[in-house]
Amino acid sequence: MMKRELICIVCPQGCHLTVTEENGSYKVTGNTCKRGEVYGVKEVTAPRRVITSTMKLQGGRLPRVPVKTNGDIPKELIFQCMEEIDHVTVTAPVKAGQVVLPNVLGTGVDVVATRTMGMV
Amino acid sequence: MLHYDLVVIGGGPAGLAAAYSAAQNGVKEILILERDQVTGGILNQCIHNGFGLHYFKEELTGPEYAQRFEELVAETSATVMTDTMVLGITPEKQIYALNPKEGYLTIEAKSIVLAMGCRERTRGAIAIPGDRPAGVFTAGTAQRYINMEGYLVGKRIVILGSGDIGLIMARRMTLEGAKVLAVVELMPYSNGLNRNLVQCLEDYGIPLYLSHTVTDIKGKARVEKVIVSEVDQNKAPIPGTEMEFDCDTLLLSVGLIPENEVSKTAGIELDRRSNGAVVYDDMQTNIEGVFACGNVLHVHDLVDFVTLESMKAGKFAAKYVKAPYAHSDDAIEIGNGERVSYTVPQKIDLSCGEEQTDLFFRVNQVVKKGVITLTASDGRVIFQRRKPTLLPAEMEKITLKKEDLKGEKKVVLSVRMEDEKA
Repeated sequence: MMKRELICIVCPQGCHLTVTEENGSYKVTGNTCKRGEVYGVKEVTAPRRVITSTMKLQGGRLPRVPVKTNGDIPKELIFQCMEEIDHVTVTAPVKAGQVVLPNVLGTGVDVVATRTMGMV
Repeated sequence: MLHYDLVVIGGGPAGLAAAYSAAQNGVKEILILERDQVTGGILNQCIHNGFGLHYFKEELTGPEYAQRFEELVAETSATVMTDTMVLGITPEKQIYALNPKEGYLTIEAKSIVLAMGCRERTRGAIAIPGDRPAGVFTAGTAQRYINMEGYLVGKRIVILGSGDIGLIMARRMTLEGAKVLAVVELMPYSNGLNRNLVQCLEDYGIPLYLSHTVTDIKGKARVEKVIVSEVDQNKAPIPGTEMEFDCDTLLLSVGLIPENEVSKTAGIELDRRSNGAVVYDDMQTNIEGVFACGNVLHVHDLVDFVTLESMKAGKFAAKYVKAPYAHSDDAIEIGNGERVSYTVPQKIDLSCGEEQTDLFFRVNQVVKKGVITLTASDGRVIFQRRKPTLLPAEMEKITLKKEDLKGEKKVVLSVRMEDEKA
């Protein structure tokens, strides 16, 4: 049997979770919503994170446009994902939600812009 | 002179929500004044996610949250004037402003919403001794540089203050290739959200030093070393506990102050406890027709609550535009009892506003097994609720039925521990 104490990061509430594993099945306690349960199991089996960063922007009001992974990616890929993001230059105009780097590192998750930036 | 029904000062989340809500409530002539090139305020540089869970029921980044509200405001008849700096306002609701296109402007409004937000405390505000080299930034300034302008402000970083901005910046600098050597916190507990301790520090193995502070900064042209010492119970540095960090940058995340310079020009009554205006439960200040909301009123933890408060301010500003009203002289004062550092609103008026009102407050120390009590002058308990943990870093909210306050002049909000006598 395995037991781990976690703090849920799904929302600002930060519930204290206890995840126990017995014969391959997981039980989460301490959560106050369904999403906490999902997070608890994921965190002890295959932790994932959403990455937010910026990309170089050409022809816009600012030299950077904010981006995010449109879903969580495996935690161990965070720095590789940052490197991929570094290699992309976006040209204005760009719309919020627009895919700027599809299927990053083969995860099936896209990197999308999070702010509409017009041409200057 | 320009004439508007409603002028909103500040185009951040508070100003946008207030303008949107006023438009929803029938005001047509609305002007939003914003000093930056674009609206959205500080959300533009808060590129991380975690915004909007309460209001939009989904997890958004700061820029996405801002854009949602910009789009809502764009559908109304409100006018946005950017690059415009407000210099002052008068009790007669005249606004003096400047911008590069139109020069000096005088604007007359039937109602004003103050939504100027807050600003960061600096090195001067906390008087850190030592040299004065380059490389000492407030965390928010560094955040703007990295997220909007594209400059990494340093390579080896020490962060003072473990509020959310400090924690978020620790992660952000790490992701961009800097080495964050330490996050240093004066208090014996972190002021940030638990989730940020996990996903910003633990995820990246960044050490957090509680009950420590920066006692010296060394460097000629640029920061070379930062000295960190442990502090005792009275927050005084303990000699002999000094640690030396070789770094080029010190980021300060040491608190926010509501930006009320413009409010002062109109003689708006300020509350020394919250550093914002004294308001009634309809968010109106002591000057008729002038409302306040968001971080200029009191510093919030979550933008979602800024939105709700600002929607309320916008709604009552709309009501005022249609039919000006005054507050009755016998509004009920909310006193601060034990462990309560401030409340917003500070006054509740039974003759106007809504039938029930939210009362926001903060405690001034960590309280375990807390009992929140609102007491009438004769000792009658008007409201009581238990809460397992109350933290100074987390804003608390209770909702009151106003009719329960009938006949009172002053009521007192206090927090005690369960096993302590009432």
